[in-house]
Amino acid sequence: MSIDWAALGQVFGVSLAVTVGVVGVFTLGIVGTSRKALGPEGAAVATATAGGVPAQGGGATTLARSGAYACFALCAAVVAYGIYLIVA
Amino acid sequence: MEHITLLIGIVIITALVFDFTNGFHDTANAMATTISTGALGPRVAVAMSAVLNLIGAFLSVEVAKTISGGILDEDSGIRPEVIFAGLVGAILWNLVTWLAGLPSSSSHALFGGLIGATVASVGIDGVNGDAIVMKVLIPAVAAPLVAGIATIVATRLTYRLGRGRAAEDTAKGYRAGQIASAALVSLAHGTNDAQKTMGVITLALVTGGVIAPDSDPPMWVIVSAGLAIALGTYLGGWRIIRTMGKGITDIQPPQGFAAQTGAATVILASSHIGFALSTTQVCSGAVMGAGVGRKGGVVRWSTAGRMVAAWVLTLPAAGLIAAGSALLADQGDWGITAVAVLAVAGCVVIWALSRRKPVDASNVNEVGQDAAAEPVGVVTAALQSVAPPPVGSAATADSTASPDTVSGTTTDQPKAIAAAGSAARAASSSTSS
Repeated sequence: MSIDWAALGQVFGVSLAVTVGVVGVFTLGIVGTSRKALGPEGAAVATATAGGVPAQGGGATTLARSGAYACFALCAAVVAYGIYLIVA
Repeated sequence: MEHITLLIGIVIITALVFDFTNGFHDTANAMATTISTGALGPRVAVAMSAVLNLIGAFLSVEVAKTISGGILDEDSGIRPEVIFAGLVGAILWNLVTWLAGLPSSSSHALFGGLIGATVASVGIDGVNGDAIVMKVLIPAVAAPLVAGIATIVATRLTYRLGRGRAAEDTAKGYRAGQIASAALVSLAHGTNDAQKTMGVITLALVTGGVIAPDSDPPMWVIVSAGLAIALGTYLGGWRIIRTMGKGITDIQPPQGFAAQTGAATVILASSHIGFALSTTQVCSGAVMGAGVGRKGGVVRWSTAGRMVAAWVLTLPAAGLIAAGSALLADQGDWGITAVAVLAVAGCVVIWALSRRKPVDASNVNEVGQDAAAEPVGVVTAALQSVAPPPVGSAATADSTASPDTVSGTTTDQPKAIAAAGSAARAASSSTSS
């Protein structure tokens, strides 16, 4: 009997990475759009870098906000890929 | 020829009934956490899940060519009687676990039923032992672990990132996230499980000589299988939803989001990479992971233990029922009739038992306190959960009943006030969205 450890490990790795990634990015989006924008400094910075949005004028709030929308867009792309996987 | 046609007809109807039980058994997978966190009202949630299941049934044309995925030696003359007996075993076990409010895999019930029927009617040689280990046992262990670990990490992460924010501010975002990931799970369920029934019906049609081998399922098969699973989903297996959404652990919106995202990811990753994991076990594992991942979160391990026991029992139990059915069905026409009559009687009895302690959209979010505190064997536990209602069940007498009338009808129960309170909460949460 041969157990397909490779496939199982792959499922585990991919699942862990994608779950944590999507949840993390989405949470950053939530953090960026929620009203109390003066949260931990790190969150705002991480939001901006994760979204890859260049800082062009505006305050930290605008930056966090646009970064958050980039996060949501990224998650929407992942969901779209998920639908593609289901249909294909 | 007429005889065969009648038998094929019975198999098709039985397959659709199985599809229906599959639908309402698995509503919990997609919607339990969404309902328990209040992201969607109970009825809205099941309606959305039903529609997505229906859409999912039409999305994929990749119908399962083998119903058992290699566990059975299907080439050695699979007979309609065997499929029929296997389906009966799967249906009855699905109903028993539903009655006990335990999420168990519908696919495993189907496998178990088919294995039992094959062993009884063809012999042990018709079953591929290696395939059982690969397709059932290892996934059963792996699914909750993979989903659980991924969700624990994700839950920790989301609480850590969002710790500077008030719950009210983040609620909307988590709500949207939960709905999106629950929708993905529903869609994936429709494509996978409705396909399974289409495969069964198509095989029955092929064995009956109605359609040519290797042909695609006729449109009416796709439509009826999709409708059966959607209808089952819409009626909602409220008992199982309550166990998964409230019984295992108390779910908060961030946890619900993490669990649902983890479940959707694991299901899609596993089916895409080719190591199919049971949707039910993935979702249950994700819910447990969400419970472990939150600081101060409590997993009710006795409920989780009962659930795991149900998983272990699924294959043999469905197999035993199916084996008995197969032996009876092999006796000829009267045997098949007897199996059909007994199966219908069994369904009616289970349904009647369920009315003694009904769970529906109005009280789905009440914790079954009884489920948390019984250190007993699973069979006893399953029987006990059927026993007369300990808590708040009268609240379901009328789903629109006001709290006053509810507490009025439950005066003989010590927890009537608490039950009425939570019923009112449930009612308000279902109307607010």
